[in-house]
Amino acid sequence: MPNDAVHSSHNIDRDRLVDLYRTMRRIRAFEEAAEKASLAGLVGGAVHLSIGQEAVAAGVCANLRRTDQITTTHRGHGHCIAKGTDPGAMMLELFGKEGGTCGGKGGSMHIADFDVGMLGANGVVAAGIPIAVGAAHGAKLLGEDRVVVCFFGDGAINRGPFMEGLNWATVFQLPVLFVCEHNGFASTTHSDAVTGGGGANARAESLGLEAFEVDGNDVAAVDGLVGDLIPRIRGGGGPMFLSARTYRLKGHTSVDPALYRDQEHAASQWDGDPLVRAADELRRLGLGDSDLTAIDSAAVGEMVRVAEAADAADTPALEHAFADIQDIGAPVWEAQS
Amino acid sequence: MSGMSVISYQEAALQAVAEEMRRDPRVWALGEDLGRGGVFGQYRGLVDEFGPERIADTPISEATIMGASVGAALVGTRPVVEMRFADFALCAVDEMVNQAAKARFMFGGQARVPMVIRQPSGMWRSSAAQHSQSLEAWYTHIPGLVVAAPYTPADNKGLLKSAIRCDDPVIYIEHKDNWALEGEVPDDDDYLVPLGPARLAREGADLTVVTWSKMVGVAEQAAEQAAEMGIEIEIVDLRTLWPWDQEMVFASVAKTKRLMVVHEAVQVGGFGAEIAATVAEHMAHVLVAPIRRLGAPRAPISYAKPLEDLLRITPDKILNIAQEQTRA
Ligand SMILES: Cc1ncc(C[n+]2csc(CCOP(=O)(O)OP(=O)(O)O)c2C)c(N)n1
Ligand SMILES: [Mg+2]
Repeated sequence: MPNDAVHSSHNIDRDRLVDLYRTMRRIRAFEEAAEKASLAGLVGGAVHLSIGQEAVAAGVCANLRRTDQITTTHRGHGHCIAKGTDPGAMMLELFGKEGGTCGGKGGSMHIADFDVGMLGANGVVAAGIPIAVGAAHGAKLLGEDRVVVCFFGDGAINRGPFMEGLNWATVFQLPVLFVCEHNGFASTTHSDAVTGGGGANARAESLGLEAFEVDGNDVAAVDGLVGDLIPRIRGGGGPMFLSARTYRLKGHTSVDPALYRDQEHAASQWDGDPLVRAADELRRLGLGDSDLTAIDSAAVGEMVRVAEAADAADTPALEHAFADIQDIGAPVWEAQS
Repeated sequence: MSGMSVISYQEAALQAVAEEMRRDPRVWALGEDLGRGGVFGQYRGLVDEFGPERIADTPISEATIMGASVGAALVGTRPVVEMRFADFALCAVDEMVNQAAKARFMFGGQARVPMVIRQPSGMWRSSAAQHSQSLEAWYTHIPGLVVAAPYTPADNKGLLKSAIRCDDPVIYIEHKDNWALEGEVPDDDDYLVPLGPARLAREGADLTVVTWSKMVGVAEQAAEQAAEMGIEIEIVDLRTLWPWDQEMVFASVAKTKRLMVVHEAVQVGGFGAEIAATVAEHMAHVLVAPIRRLGAPRAPISYAKPLEDLLRITPDKILNIAQEQTRA
C-alpha cells in the first residue's frame, strides 16, 4: 500500500523535541568545527558536511535502539552522532589521530562504531545498501530482532546496488528501513537531471516496498513517521522505504563553494534550515530563548573542545599501517631505525 | 581413527561445506541455484539437510550476493559465497575489493569479514572468453584477501574447511575441469589443510616447477615424460597463492637451481611474475639457468576448439621449456 503523502509535523512532546533539537545542534556544531578544521588544513581529504540535513539523522535515529544498526555514506557524520558515536572519537578520526573511531585509519568517510550499531560510512556511493541488507539478513538468520537503517543520497538510486539491494530486501523480507536523503544534488549535478522515471519512491514501490515521503527538514515529522515505521519493520512487516526531502546548505565538500547552483535559490534555503524551524516550534511550545541558547552554546562548546583535543592528540604509531589487515598473510612491520 | 575414501574434487567440497555447517550454525551458503545443488552440483543435497535459509537461493545479483555477505559477516555470520563462475565475480568487484577486503582495516580492527568467495575458474569445455578465465592474480594484489587454489580432492576438502573457519575473506578458486577428478580424501570431519603452506607434489633434482590448480596435473604429466628423458622435475603445488609458501619454493630452487612457473592464467601480469621476481631477488646466485614463466598468451579465450586449444598449457609446452632450462 503505497503512501506518498507528505507527513507534516505531528503533535510532538516538547521534551522530545528538545532532545531532537539538541542532537541536531550537536551535529551542526560538529560539522562547523570540522569545516573550520578542514579549511585550516588540519583535517585532510574530503569532508562532506551534512549542514542542513540534520533533521533526517536526528529524527530517524531517535527511534532506534542501541542494538539496531545503520550504514551511512560519505556524508555520514550526522548519522553517527545521532546513533550515539562519541564526537570526540569522530573528530580524532577526522584529524587522523590515535583514539579515533578507527584509530585514524579511516577518516571522515569510513567512520564506524560497532558498539553503537554504526556499521560504517562508505566512500563508494550506494555500497552501503547491500551491506545494510546483509546485516539485516544476518539478523534474520541469527534470530535477532534488530532493525537496520540504510542511509544514502538521491545520487545513489542510479547505481545498480540500489535495485539489487531493495529487491533482495523484499525477496527475503528483511527488517530494513531505507532512507533516501533527497538533497537535490549528486556532487555538482542536479540529481533530477540524471534520474529517469518517477524517482526513488516509484522505484522502491515497483520492487515491492512500501514507500513514504517526509519533509526531511521537519524533525518532528521525521521522528513521527519513523516512529510508526520502525515497530512495523521490527514486527516482521518487511522492508520499507523513506524519501526525506532536504537541502545541502553547503557545497559538496567543505571546500566547494557550490557556484554551479542558483545562488539566490541556495541562499533562500537557509530559511528552511531545520534547526531554525525546530527552534521556532520550541518557542511556540513555550521554551525560552535562554534555554535554546544554553543548548546551542553547550553544543558549540563540546565540539570546539573535541576539535582542540583532536588537534593536540598524537598521530597513530606507524606500525598501525600494517595492523588489522588480515590474520593469514599479513605484511610484516619492520620498524625503520 | 578415521580412514580415507576415494571421492571427487566436487564431493570433497560438498563434504567440507556440510561438515562446517554442521559444526557451526553461523555458517551459511548463498548464491544462484544453490537449492538445486548449484550449477556444478557442489551443493547437491545440502538444502535437504540445512534448509533454504542456510542454503539460500539468491537473485542474479552478484554485487548484492557479495555485498550482503559482507554485511552479514560484519554482524557475526559466516557466509560461503558462490559466484558460479569466476567471470561473474567481476560484477561484484567493489564489494570484494573495496568492502570485504578493507572493512577490518578501515574500521581500525572493529570488525571482521569472515567469508569464503568461491570462484569456479579456468578453461573447460568450449566456454569462450566470459566463462573460462583464471583471474587469481588480481586478488593476490589486494591487501586483506587470502587466495587459495586447490588441485587435489583432499586439498579441496581441507582448504575449504580452513577457509570457512578463517576470519579473513578468502578467495577460493576451484577449477571447473577438476570437479570429477578423484583422489583419496580423509573422512575426518576435522581434516584441515592450513592456508599458506604449499604441497610438494613430486620430488626431483633438476628443475623446480611451481604451479597450482589444474596445472599441477599438467605438470605431473610433463614430469613423467621428462623423467623418461632423464630430467627430474620437482613440482611445488602452491595451493594458496596469498600467502604463498616462499620457504618451500626457495628450498626446492636451492636444490634444483632451476625454476619454471606455470599457470593457466595470462602470463602478462600473472602471479608467476611475482614468484619469478621474488626468487630472482633472493636466489639469483644459485640459479644455473634463467627463470622461465609459462602462462597463456594475452588473448581472450576462443570458442572454436583449435583456437581454444592454442591457448592451453600442455605437457609439451612445459617439456620444451624444461629441456631448454636443463640443457644449460
Ligand atoms: C561509485 C561512486 N561513484 C562516484 C563517487 C564520487 N561521489 C562521491 S559523493 C557523490 C555524489 C553523491 O550524491 P548523493 O548520493 O546524492 O549523496 P550526497 O552527496 O548528495 O549526500 C559522488 C558522485 C563515489 N564516491 N562512488
Ligand atoms: Mg544528494
